[in-house]
Amino acid sequence: MKKVKLYALSTCGWCKKTRSFLDSHYVQYEYEYVDLLTGAEKDRVMAEVKRWNPSLSFPTVVVDDAKVVVGFREDLLREVLGL
Amino acid sequence: MRSQATQELYERLKREGEAAGYYLNPDVDFVLDLMEGLLTNEERYGYGACPCRLAAGVREKDLDIICPCDYRDADLNEYGACYCALYVSEEIARGEKKPQPVPERRGTMPEPPIEKHEEELVGFTKSGIPVWRCKVCGYLCARPQPPLKCPICKADRDRFERFA
Repeated sequence: MKKVKLYALSTCGWCKKTRSFLDSHYVQYEYEYVDLLTGAEKDRVMAEVKRWNPSLSFPTVVVDDAKVVVGFREDLLREVLGL
Repeated sequence: MRSQATQELYERLKREGEAAGYYLNPDVDFVLDLMEGLLTNEERYGYGACPCRLAAGVREKDLDIICPCDYRDADLNEYGACYCALYVSEEIARGEKKPQPVPERRGTMPEPPIEKHEEELVGFTKSGIPVWRCKVCGYLCARPQPPLKCPICKADRDRFERFA
């Protein structure tokens, strides 16, 4: 099974669309609402996102610690998730 | 159920937008989600930072991403939608096209000139009246100080820059 991590904002419409997409395709994933974090935890996760996506934009989906999809790009998500 | 504040914000932005030639995304449910995000940010930070961007939480650092953001018009021109797809082109508003993801423009535009002190800014033009430009919508006005709110896009005074 693929390891899927979603970095998102709790207020963002495209992040919500991404979650609905993953849910509707029964993809298991971990997610982090970066805007709800504080202090050192927030800094740590922001650095993590920047490693994959220097522009620190959301949603950012990382698959198997190897592939990244920035923004709600259905076509790319299908491709990297093999849907 | 959506709150009354959510519904009211939606109706206000729709009314003000349309009066100034801007269209909201026709996907009302999507827009109402964004309204909730904006209201959450207003409560959390004290200003309506873009719900689709990570705010710093300090107004001075987030001025450019207070909705409507400094990038809205450039993204509307290039992609037919703002970064959140809250504001869209007329074509998308009519349902003839779907909004596509918009790449992040923030940080890719040239840095604005360093702000000067207000007293240095007043009285350089021939008439002695400076011209102010709204960084959100481009509205220009000649008066001693910028207006409290942009009459076109309703951006606050601190979104204005000295133009001439």
